[in-house]
Amino acid sequence: MKLSMWTYEGPPHVGAMRIAASMTGVHYVLHAPQGDTYADLLFTMIERRQSRPPVTYTTFQARDLAGSTADIFKQACRDAVERFKPDALLVGASCTAELLQDDPGGLARTLDVPVPVVPLELPSYQKKENWGASETFYRLVRAFVGRNPRPENIPANSCNILGPTSLGFRCRDDVTEIVKLLTDEGLDVRVVAPLGATPADLARLPEAAFNIVLYPEIADITARWLKTAHGMPFISTVPIGVGATQQFLAEVRAQAGLPARETPGRDRLTWYSRSIDSNYLTNKRVFIFGDATHAIAAARIASEELGFRVCGLGTYMREFARDVREAAAKYGVEALISDDHLDVEAAIVAARPELVLGTQMERHIAKRLRVPCAVISAPTHVQDFPARYSPQMGNEGANVIFDSWVHPLMMGLEEHLLQMFRDDFEFNDGASASHLHPHAPVAIPAPVPAAADPAVSVAAAPAGVVAAWTLEAERELQKIPFFVRGKARRNTELFARGKGIHPITVETLYDAKAHFAR
Amino acid sequence: MSLPQRTACAEPAPILQRGQHEVFCGLTSIIWLHRKVQDAFFLVVGSRTCAHLLQSAAGVMIFSEPRFATAIMEERDLAGMADMHDELDAVVARLLERRPDIRMLVLVGSCPSEVIKLDLSKAAARLNAAHAPRHRVIAYSGSGIETTFTQGEDNFLAALIADKASSRSSGAAAKLVVLGCLADVVEDQFSRLFAELGLSGVVFLPGRDAINGLTVGPETRFILAQPYLGAAATALEARGARRIDAIFPLGAEGTSAWLRAICTAFGVDMTLFDTVITQPRRRAAEAMAHYRPWLEGRSVFFFPDSQMEPSLARFLSREMGSELVEVGSPYLHREHVAAELALLPAGVTLSEGQDVDQQIDRCRAANPDLIVCGLGLANPFEAEGRVSKWSIEFSFTPIQGFEQAGDLAELFARPLMRNAILSNGTDRRGAVR
Repeated sequence: MKLSMWTYEGPPHVGAMRIAASMTGVHYVLHAPQGDTYADLLFTMIERRQSRPPVTYTTFQARDLAGSTADIFKQACRDAVERFKPDALLVGASCTAELLQDDPGGLARTLDVPVPVVPLELPSYQKKENWGASETFYRLVRAFVGRNPRPENIPANSCNILGPTSLGFRCRDDVTEIVKLLTDEGLDVRVVAPLGATPADLARLPEAAFNIVLYPEIADITARWLKTAHGMPFISTVPIGVGATQQFLAEVRAQAGLPARETPGRDRLTWYSRSIDSNYLTNKRVFIFGDATHAIAAARIASEELGFRVCGLGTYMREFARDVREAAAKYGVEALISDDHLDVEAAIVAARPELVLGTQMERHIAKRLRVPCAVISAPTHVQDFPARYSPQMGNEGANVIFDSWVHPLMMGLEEHLLQMFRDDFEFNDGASASHLHPHAPVAIPAPVPAAADPAVSVAAAPAGVVAAWTLEAERELQKIPFFVRGKARRNTELFARGKGIHPITVETLYDAKAHFAR
Repeated sequence: MSLPQRTACAEPAPILQRGQHEVFCGLTSIIWLHRKVQDAFFLVVGSRTCAHLLQSAAGVMIFSEPRFATAIMEERDLAGMADMHDELDAVVARLLERRPDIRMLVLVGSCPSEVIKLDLSKAAARLNAAHAPRHRVIAYSGSGIETTFTQGEDNFLAALIADKASSRSSGAAAKLVVLGCLADVVEDQFSRLFAELGLSGVVFLPGRDAINGLTVGPETRFILAQPYLGAAATALEARGARRIDAIFPLGAEGTSAWLRAICTAFGVDMTLFDTVITQPRRRAAEAMAHYRPWLEGRSVFFFPDSQMEPSLARFLSREMGSELVEVGSPYLHREHVAAELALLPAGVTLSEGQDVDQQIDRCRAANPDLIVCGLGLANPFEAEGRVSKWSIEFSFTPIQGFEQAGDLAELFARPLMRNAILSNGTDRRGAVR
């Protein structure tokens, strides 16, 4: 049993729902207790979908457990097929139905419904949402592609895009951006799946020369199977960021047999980041957490394109731990692989970042710690399904990223003035950045020195170390701008511990500053 | 032969439906209970689905650490029961270590924990032995197979009433227990009215502290402030309290009738009663009048959600002049809502339970002016060009009492006003306000 305040992913059947809701012509009959229909809200509210998701729930109740829940399931399948007339039926169980062991797959085989039935085995007590989505997509593709031979004479520039889904982070606009980018390069994009595809579209997947995996957590397994079964190569460089987009295009051109050429970026990030106004962004400490794809991409952008320093990198997706560890090694940090919200909070506290790039949950943490934050990955809430065009991928994606990551930070001049004049009655640590709304993070109030001994205050130090500061040193520490104060405190305490200095004085503070020099 | 004055609705059987239920489970009531009862922490023992439901429903909760969490069962927990109780003890120990301020820990049962028959009452008793008196532990079920939405509150209150610790309280017996979660502002307004009416010894349940005991004596009377409290009422009756029958305090009429029932039960002078409620009642009427033009003659269709539907429908039909097409409720407590049903107009269709696809068919056929439904249906209906009012808001907004009668009317009128503004570019009846 695991104590969970927030969960990064839903159960696997929510992943299956995302696939069904992404496609047209697919209906999902889910054996589930009354109440599990809450998942409809994810689609109708968060994504503001205009129609009900194509899911029929059996919604059994306690009194049904005495009778035959299997019959309820079979009836729900028949009714759904008759009412919605889908091209394919997905059948599966939620966590509670899994305990009943009614075997939806076996039951569905005994039904004489006139459409193909794809049974799903999603172990709810082991696996999670993305795994469920990936497995469902794989099962559907296997069912509709089968082992039929590929046609001959496939044009080398034809490709499919795999991975975008309903409720995915900015999938809607990423697809638009990448399809446009590829079309401009002379590529012929055949099928985009699962988002917007029908079962018949899935059957056409082998008719393209190769596959592009935009979201590995959803489509990696499917792409691998298509390679094994049909010899279709695939590209899995994710075009988030300017550098990654360039690399992606180069790989795509090579795969399509097009001659290599420079594809100059039509992004603004490159210039914006180089312009003198961005100088103050240099080596800002950034903590990154999210799904593996977005976290790895964000780390690359942060360190190579914006000049930040990555002080923490992690993911909640154990399936992609190896990739994230590899990436983290490049930035000299240890990857955090955890789906425990409290672990992530502890890591952020320890890393003392000046900016957090994370999910909706990190937004909560950052708010509590009063650190600026931007959302880069699912899980997200309604505000991250915006009305405006806001891709993360390609050139326009890089522009969106520049704006949204820099926005929460205090602007350059403001940062300088704050450092020079500390006692302004309106414009101080306690006031939020002038360009942000009043609910933006504000500085942590100065700690009140321990009353018992006026000369020495006991600071809340990380990792259980209690370091004593002289009152004077504590006051001096308050003169350091709040966004780097935590780091300064930690460095000074580290320095003092290493040298056996006690208590910490103003001298120690400046000795440590010289020692660590940013 | 004279027929009784009751309208047709009390007698004919409602449509009983069995099919897909598009409703929340009882766990959802934690969302408001954890804010009302400030010394309690709600620990759901369930699956990742339960955790996901809670955070999706409470997604915009401003605190990074709310007073609820989920103990997520994993594969190894399903292997053996003894192991599972040890696991639960460990989770509770970790939680209490992190949150020493918790005075009452509430274990909440879910579908998975009930299907595998994990006995949370037994677990609560065991944990009490370990953590009392510093932390009190009780248990109830909020599972979807047992409860629908607001019924979670019912089970919580029933558990609270049955809890031995609260019955051991030493104070004088309560004269009146007001049962059902009310917004703080509503509770305060009723308290002032009770004081003016000369009523003392009034206890609101749930109050702001869970741990403060409730003493019930043979003279204790209770009244329901919410219509979904069958189990909690039974629990109070089991302790000797007697129920005051009334319609629910929604709108000017509902609030007057509710207060009058209390005053009658306690022999309050009716002249005093009239004096006390004259001003508030006038204010309520004045506030409601602003919205009557929007709602008068409009047809309304209620999908089942919270069991508040018959009371809301009564308010709309009698005080705002709306026409009712169908009033759906997840469950009809025949005794508690008898008076409400008797006040509904003849010819209204009542439905209990749900087959959502068929109900949507009926709704589309009736083409009502306003559809009261859950969030899973609201946007799809809007996209069809219909106007909807999302029903969950009635559980999250102060709507009871005289001072909220106008707000309640506005909740129904707002989607219609918005529709008019967005369709015409102007609020035609804005001048009325």
